[in-house]
Amino acid sequence: MTEPLLAIRDLSKSFGTVQVLKSIDLSVNRGEVVSVIGPSGSGKTTLLRCVNFLESYDGGSITIDGVEVGYDEGRKPRGERALARMRAETGMVFQSFNLFPHLTAAGNVMLGLIKVRGKSKAEAHEIALHWLDRVGLSHRADALPAELSGGQQQRVGIARAVAMEPKILLLDEITSALDPELVGEVLEVVRGLAAEGMTMLMVTHEIAFARDASSRIVFMDAGTVAAEGPPAEFLATADDHPRLSAFLARFRASHF
Amino acid sequence: MGYDLHFNVIWRNWDKLWGGLLLSLELAVLSIGIGIVIGLTLAVAHVSGNRWVRGAIATYVEAIRNVPLILLVYLVFYGLPQAVDIRYGATTSFVATLSIYAGAYLVEVFRSGLEAIPQGQLDAGRAIGLTPWQRFAHVRLPAMTRITLPALSNTFISLFKDTSVASVIAVPELTWGAQWINLNTFRIVEAYLIATAMYLVTGYVLLFLLRRLERRFRIARHA
Ligand SMILES: Nc1ncnc2c1ncn2[C@@H]1O[C@H](COP(=O)(O)OP(=O)(O)OP(=O)(O)O)[C@@H](O)[C@H]1O
Ligand SMILES: [Mg+2]
Repeated sequence: MTEPLLAIRDLSKSFGTVQVLKSIDLSVNRGEVVSVIGPSGSGKTTLLRCVNFLESYDGGSITIDGVEVGYDEGRKPRGERALARMRAETGMVFQSFNLFPHLTAAGNVMLGLIKVRGKSKAEAHEIALHWLDRVGLSHRADALPAELSGGQQQRVGIARAVAMEPKILLLDEITSALDPELVGEVLEVVRGLAAEGMTMLMVTHEIAFARDASSRIVFMDAGTVAAEGPPAEFLATADDHPRLSAFLARFRASHF
Repeated sequence: MGYDLHFNVIWRNWDKLWGGLLLSLELAVLSIGIGIVIGLTLAVAHVSGNRWVRGAIATYVEAIRNVPLILLVYLVFYGLPQAVDIRYGATTSFVATLSIYAGAYLVEVFRSGLEAIPQGQLDAGRAIGLTPWQRFAHVRLPAMTRITLPALSNTFISLFKDTSVASVIAVPELTWGAQWINLNTFRIVEAYLIATAMYLVTGYVLLFLLRRLERRFRIARHA
């Protein structure tokens, strides 16, 4: 059986009276890289945050490896400890890095390994150095976040997430807070992870990168999945879809 | 004419001043210690509590901040044992009073420290699977400590000065020692000059040490 690793079915979510996710269906298979694009306010961040229950959802279901994320069998919200265990299975990389400012680069990667995965300090340090090396930062292991460039901070953010060996990595516009010349080094790391089979769901404004690196692209509009498909097909048929072609046109106008 | 300074009597009674200074420091350390426990507990309760909890804490803070310390000292030492069946010495009474007083100021310090932590860092803690307690201990508390340490140093130094109020209920701290010398030798100017110098020097030394500690906290650290 090939059940998708992440299955989102009929997902809905409101903030107060405003419904921001409307019956979303989306699945991600093991090893797949799915990119989510769409206009500002269409619900991309909210969708990602629901997947590790940083936001609660109202209707529908999200399962990872067949297990419902935020609710138990009786659809009672899970307790904080159970949620913490679930969240350890999904990695998240944030637009604004969100490193812990009092910990070094290595310390940021080690915290979850020690406190959540129960590794010894020595083991955690070794794993942290391995991943910092992977993102090209082993020489900056003892630097505090404030001493690192944005691109370096974001690479630490990626190392912190993948060191936990999550089943899926969630990336929310991880290059949009970066100066243009630093975008490449971060995307390069993501490309490497994709090549190694890391399952990823990423929100991005880098259309070219989405086209090259993903197995599928999803276009979100006003809280719905308005179009999706493999990159080549998706972009080729964009003209049939007025909202999508308008988005891409506006996008190209502002980015090139 | 005028007043001739005679410091000899001061040196003969030096133990009153030196012992007084040590007791002042002890009172300040105990009070900031207990005050930190009170302040931190109430700050966490304030941040995570409902309307009633927040109202109760705000009442305590406002009440304490709007009553002069010397009156609180009198109330706790003379008033409270009359109202309820409880007995304590002057020193215990003063430590309790100064702790409650410090707590009221520190609630505000800790509360603003806790609220100053960006939500994104807490989200990052949640995302790697930390439990609420772990997020408090390893994300919130260290960030808050770095933010609040300067205010904490200042509070400690003003508490050290406030210990002089304990002299009004005959706790033998530094100011009381100076008063004792004055009453027994009539060298009023010498006694208070030396006591003032001792407060000043100790205050500067404390400030210097605390600023060094603050700097230490900003230096790199593993998990
Ligand atoms: N915590 C919140 N409370 C209330 N409304 C919210 C909250 N978070 C998001 N929203 C609203 O939900 C809608 C979707 O927001 P979301 O951040 O998911 O959009 P997005 O697609 O990620 O946009 P962007 O491209 O600008 O990041 C927006 O209208 C936003 O104002
Ligand atoms: Mg967003």
